[in-house]
Amino acid sequence: MSATRWQQAAPALGVLLIVALAALLQFAIRADWVDGYTVPLPSEVLASLPRLFVEEHVLARFAMTAGETFAAATMALVAGLAFGIVLYRWPRLRAAFEPWVAVLAAAPLVLAYPLFLVLFGRGPLTIVVIGFASALAPVILKTVEGFAAIRQVLLQVGRSMRLSPAQEFSLILVPAALPHIFTGLRLALVFALINVVGVEFLINLGGLGQLIGELSERYDLPGTWAAIGLVVLVSVLFFVVLDAGERRLGRRR
Amino acid sequence: MTDAALLSVSRVTKRYGPRNGGLTAVDDMSFAVERGEFVSVIGPSGCGKSTLFHIIGGLTQATEGRVSVEGEAITGPHPAIGMVFQEESCFPWRNVIDNVAFPLELAGQGRASRHATAQGFIDLVGLRGFEQRHPSELSGGMRQRVCIARTLAARPRLLLMDEPFASLDEQTRMLLGDKVLQIQQQLHQTTLLITHSITEAVQLSDRVIVMSYRPGRLKRTLAINLPRPRTADILVSPEFGTYVAELWNDLRQEATRGLAEAEG
Repeated sequence: MSATRWQQAAPALGVLLIVALAALLQFAIRADWVDGYTVPLPSEVLASLPRLFVEEHVLARFAMTAGETFAAATMALVAGLAFGIVLYRWPRLRAAFEPWVAVLAAAPLVLAYPLFLVLFGRGPLTIVVIGFASALAPVILKTVEGFAAIRQVLLQVGRSMRLSPAQEFSLILVPAALPHIFTGLRLALVFALINVVGVEFLINLGGLGQLIGELSERYDLPGTWAAIGLVVLVSVLFFVVLDAGERRLGRRR
Repeated sequence: MTDAALLSVSRVTKRYGPRNGGLTAVDDMSFAVERGEFVSVIGPSGCGKSTLFHIIGGLTQATEGRVSVEGEAITGPHPAIGMVFQEESCFPWRNVIDNVAFPLELAGQGRASRHATAQGFIDLVGLRGFEQRHPSELSGGMRQRVCIARTLAARPRLLLMDEPFASLDEQTRMLLGDKVLQIQQQLHQTTLLITHSITEAVQLSDRVIVMSYRPGRLKRTLAINLPRPRTADILVSPEFGTYVAELWNDLRQEATRGLAEAEG
């Protein structure tokens, strides 16, 4: 098979692998290698989906979780770019704060959810803020990394053509750092989604996280797994959109 | 220094402070470039050529002295001066035509009109057919031609180039030298070329300014009275050889001194 045909076939291969694993699990449970009481049959998980749609308003919840994640990641992108440019422009600030930003990236902020509840109330705002706070650090780190990696001569070209700071930012810094910024944005979406779903679960409010909590408390294991599958779907959705966006913006570098 | 000169460099000195090695990179350099002239500055490695390039381009401040273009003192990058850097400097995220059209985009020209103008300069540097390619798909010599076209598209009155062919192989350099001659003949572009290549300097220039090794001083100016239009054939003419020998005579002492210092 030629390289391009392989590339076209690759996503199908990925899906095929998931299906094969599910089939294997199905077989393992049927054969009693895996305890069917704690792990539901994949076929039952699939069968529970219509029920989730009818009884649990899963579409609205899906939209809510996706929306909160999107809001948190977008805020993280805007703020992270701003912080990133500040840290890049003032190397002393970078030396002072970059380690702390790295620490923030590794901190399990979600555990501080009671503090956020006090500050922002028990509502979507808290969820978005926690998602934002968790997603911010990777965007900052990747943005600074991207700016710092720009070849000096490109900035000199900009200076020789007398670019304003705003032009330098939009015409040189951002396009040059775009691959790094996209990596930051990917991480931001992952961090935001994990935290959004986690907080929904913890404070029993809102979208898919709450649904997962409720279904597991009802011992509706097929439903729980199906809902977890939907969270994965949210992340798949974001990655597809992001990939397309990156290909449009940064083709053939 | 007459006011008629397009570029005038007068008593320019650049000293670096003790923290940067306490070095005098350029010492009391004065010269002028007239309209339509092609002047090369040649000197051994480490003689302060690139520092001079950055001072004239307004990217570095001179410690003493004055650089002016059309009588106007240079305090920062000046629109009359277009720079081509030693290091290849195409924007990797833009294709060839959008690279070349970049200064026109800055000037607020619409897409169709700036592409039409850019096309002219792409043709001039011999890259027709590569408009939609990205720099990563081009050779080093082609990329450097994109940079030259981009700088020319801004219609600078002075084209200022810092060893633009330094990183290229010998054959590509010669072919690009031909290209620069063609451009010079078509546009009558006033050009100041910084180089360490004697043949390049003689092939292209009306005048060659020789710099000494540390501190970089003006050692002599040599007028190249070879007929124009020139072609690559000139490289084998006896006059060409005479000029090269004369310049090498000047440069040999400087280069030897530079080498001795570098090794000592």
